[in-house]
Amino acid sequence: MAFFLEVLAWFPDHWSGTTGVARRVAQHVGYSSAASLLAVAIALPLGLAVGHTGKGGQLAINVANVGRAIPSFGIVILAFILAGINLVPVMVALVALAIPPIVTNTYVGIRSVDPEVRDAAEGMGMTGWQVLRRVELPVAMPLVMAGVRTATVQVVATATLAAFIGLGGLGRYIFDGLQVRDSVRVVAGALLVAALSLLTELLLAALQRTVVPRGLRDRAAAETTRAKTSAAAV
Amino acid sequence: MITFTGVTKRFRDGTTAVDDLNLEVPAGEVVVLVGPSGCGKTTTLRMVNRMVEPSNGTITVDGRDIMSVPAPQLRRGIGYVIQQVGLFPHRTVAANIATVPALVGWDKARVRARVDELIATVGLPAGVADRYPHQLSGGQRQRVGVARALAVDPPIMLMDEPFGAVDPIVRANLQDEFLRLQAEVRKTIVFVTHDIDEAITMGDRIAIFSQGGVLEQYAAPEQLLADPANAFVADFLGAERGLKRLALIPVSEVTAEPGPVVSPDDDGATAERVARAHGSDWVVVVAPDGRLRGWASLHELEPTTRMGDATVRPFALQVNDTDSLRAALNAMVTSRTGVAVRVDATGVYEGILTQELISKEIL
Repeated sequence: MAFFLEVLAWFPDHWSGTTGVARRVAQHVGYSSAASLLAVAIALPLGLAVGHTGKGGQLAINVANVGRAIPSFGIVILAFILAGINLVPVMVALVALAIPPIVTNTYVGIRSVDPEVRDAAEGMGMTGWQVLRRVELPVAMPLVMAGVRTATVQVVATATLAAFIGLGGLGRYIFDGLQVRDSVRVVAGALLVAALSLLTELLLAALQRTVVPRGLRDRAAAETTRAKTSAAAV
Repeated sequence: MITFTGVTKRFRDGTTAVDDLNLEVPAGEVVVLVGPSGCGKTTTLRMVNRMVEPSNGTITVDGRDIMSVPAPQLRRGIGYVIQQVGLFPHRTVAANIATVPALVGWDKARVRARVDELIATVGLPAGVADRYPHQLSGGQRQRVGVARALAVDPPIMLMDEPFGAVDPIVRANLQDEFLRLQAEVRKTIVFVTHDIDEAITMGDRIAIFSQGGVLEQYAAPEQLLADPANAFVADFLGAERGLKRLALIPVSEVTAEPGPVVSPDDDGATAERVARAHGSDWVVVVAPDGRLRGWASLHELEPTTRMGDATVRPFALQVNDTDSLRAALNAMVTSRTGVAVRVDATGVYEGILTQELISKEIL
């Protein structure tokens, strides 16, 4: 209990300044959002392309998964050796981490569009691009957004590693705290990372509500209700 | 008019889906492509809007080779309805119907007016415009599919088992309404089904295909049923070919016999004489104004009974000239008299139909 009070008391004393919470949060959000946006910029078109054409899907997913197989920590160290102290190693690691869930979910989302829906779209005279833009992407949007949420939350948690090679972000409190055996600072840092992850998740859930077409939200709700009803009937 | 000239489709795996097809779909008619699965009927339909590209031969629409038009542009001018409908789940009914108008750039007011008109045309309640496909019944979804295909009023419609995914009662409803609609709009329609009864109901002409995309016979339904080209066609038409044909022939095609008729003022002796002359043991009782009263059995008559006072039973079923001979046959087998009685729209007696008359018509 006393320890928690100490942690609570830590925050007001470390709010501002060059090593203050406000600045560290800003850095952390900066790394995370840059990495996430970059990952979306790479993974979304890739997922859409392989999903729409139906070609190379397995290959793309396998390649993307290599990013997941290599530990982020390893990538940071490797890239640090190659590139030195700058943002590059962190970005490489975070983007590599974020790409697989986005590619996979986008690909699966596009492929799971009912074949007859795609057939009708083409048969009525939509061009390939129109089918993708007006039908496949909106229908796949719930899965695409699920991928973006997973990726971004992972990125927020993993951006802590930036501090390991001497950059900023909330990881500073954890790594510095460990170095000087200041467990109050470590726990405060960890709490901040957890809170930021949670906040990210909430913001993206709100974003998802605005980008997923209403008919699909209602449909998902209707299907859930139906599933519950039939489960209750059994 | 759609013309297939020497059209062949071979798939990459070497199977031949359509083999050297020559077929003409006249303007304003419904041509039904029918056959067992794997007979190439769907492939034939899909070649018209280039969803499948022919390997050989040419297809023209109103004289223009379909390969000379970019596929998306060609497709926007051809209505397309498929079995699973393929409604866009993320769009409202109105937005689904407005798909092609949006692609060809109609303004909003025109689109809205057209959507409202089509919703009424296909028999949907006005309230469905802002609903989503998952909120509709199967039959309603099929109607939206038809409305969507009709949106820019294309002269040609391709319909691939459009009523295949609904139960038989809803299907019969949709078929009836579709035929009524077609009588107004007179589209050139290529219609695919595997159900020969649906083909007979819907088609002005029927093309029967066999495995490997061979066209076995192309003819009007009556002609097909009367004169199947070969054993495959006869077999596909099924055992009740005669009955199916009767369903297509209206009662007005045959001349009714006058029958054993008496009036209410005649007596039993007269009735007996009339019946014997006709070779029956019953008479038809017709009022002086010509209206049918019913029939009476000789076994229940005394020679002196006035027919107006005798036991006169109504005919359970009567037919008029718009009914089919199949309905007449049904009336015969459900009546103790063994004949079908024909009346006009006001109930005035016109005569009787017998099995001999119908057999003459079939043979």
